[in-house]
Amino acid sequence: MSVVGDAASLLRRDAQADRIVPRSGQSARLTVFTSAAMAFLAVFALALSLASGRLADRWSSALAQSSTIRLSAPTAEIEAQTTAILSVLEQTPGVESARTITDAEQRTLLEPWFGPDLPVEDLPVPRLIEITEGPQGYDPTGLRQRLAAEAPGAVLDDHTRWREPLVEAAGRLRLLGWVSLGLIAGATGALITLAAQAALSANARVIGVLRLVGARDAYIARAFVRRFTIRALSGAAGGTALGMAGVALLPGSEASASFLTGLGFSGSAWLLPLTIPPLAGLVAFAATRVAAYRTLRGLQ
Amino acid sequence: MQEAAYGYGAEPLLSGLTLELAPGSFHFLTGPSGAGKTTFLKLCYAELLPTSGHVGILGEDASAISRDAVADLRARIGVVHQDCQFLDHLPTEDNIALPLTVTGRDTSRAAGDLSELVEWVGLSSRAKALPPELSGGERQRAALARAIITDPDLILADEPTGNVDWEMSVRLLQLLVELNRMGKTVLVATHDLGLIRAAKSQVQARVLRIRNGQIATAGADL
Repeated sequence: MSVVGDAASLLRRDAQADRIVPRSGQSARLTVFTSAAMAFLAVFALALSLASGRLADRWSSALAQSSTIRLSAPTAEIEAQTTAILSVLEQTPGVESARTITDAEQRTLLEPWFGPDLPVEDLPVPRLIEITEGPQGYDPTGLRQRLAAEAPGAVLDDHTRWREPLVEAAGRLRLLGWVSLGLIAGATGALITLAAQAALSANARVIGVLRLVGARDAYIARAFVRRFTIRALSGAAGGTALGMAGVALLPGSEASASFLTGLGFSGSAWLLPLTIPPLAGLVAFAATRVAAYRTLRGLQ
Repeated sequence: MQEAAYGYGAEPLLSGLTLELAPGSFHFLTGPSGAGKTTFLKLCYAELLPTSGHVGILGEDASAISRDAVADLRARIGVVHQDCQFLDHLPTEDNIALPLTVTGRDTSRAAGDLSELVEWVGLSSRAKALPPELSGGERQRAALARAIITDPDLILADEPTGNVDWEMSVRLLQLLVELNRMGKTVLVATHDLGLIRAAKSQVQARVLRIRNGQIATAGADL
């Protein structure tokens, strides 16, 4: 009952041993189809998980190092309060730099909602000051207190309020992707076990004859394990190829920054789905081996 | 066997079985249908284990050996089953070679022996046929060929002439007698007393009879 011996037998093609177990069409088709379908789903689950990871990283890194001060004040006071804010920021530990967003930049920000010719300078639009944090970060509570004293119209937005739920959501999505992969592996194992048990039951007489003529359990088990592992491998290879083609055909992330358009693999991540067929083979190997030895133990 | 017993339910079918098959001997096992002849043979190749007592097969205690050891033991015993026990999807010659295949022996090197054996049992023209395409006599001869392809020390035959005509029965008997002359221990279970009488002129055979679950050497009435 050596696992190594059983695994090594997968690599040695034994034409005679392969012929001993009759080809049962139904269980063969079930195994190939199950493996292909599960591998196809696994590719998408993997893409989802990787995309969520990228999104979480992007959101946390892009937003964690920046914050904004929004100043709403009477026109007469706005310049004085802006100067006061910049002065406070200059003296605040952890603030690397701060700058006022120009009218042109504000116009660009508002353009999607109000069109290209918005007279920003004539509108009561709050002034925005962008803060770039240093590696250590600053104390937002202390900064808020100082701003309240020096520039009562200033509101500090450190993005925490909406960054954290987004990062948390992306993290959860990534976790769901990995859980899905685990479930797919489990379901593949369960379905292949059922198919293997069906094949073993259908071939109970063959197994009995083999035992009677002197076959050891390992020989009989290997005949089934080899067949099911190869079927699972080939089915999963087909499913993975289809899944990768499907992911490749999704719109590119350059077209838009939306999450769905970023669902795909990039660079060396394209190699990751290639691990799915061997893993499916491994699941099939383990599932069939357990089923085969369990069946054989019931025979003298 | 030493005080061996076996039962499928609470009541033992066979009990108090004490006997020894000497190497190179020829035995018939007889008794009415349902007396336990097949069960007795199954005890002899460890398909069944005794519920009490001891069964030793080719020097091994059947109840104390591992599953792999049982498989190795069966490779040293040739069994002609009543229903032949073929794999119907394999050609007859592959079925005959099955004990070599499953024990990892190179069947291509044994091809000459296989072809000689197939010829010896008169199945050369039927070697490629599937078992369901064979007649009763052909099946029994193929089963005999499979039983002896590993050159076993012990040959067990369960009603080998059950489904064949008298002429074929005599031919099968002659094959078994030839094997015994080659030094093999042979045990044939049969309810065909005519076959046993026909064998008397060819071989010195001991006749065992199962009656009421007990086994005894039959008398001169056979």
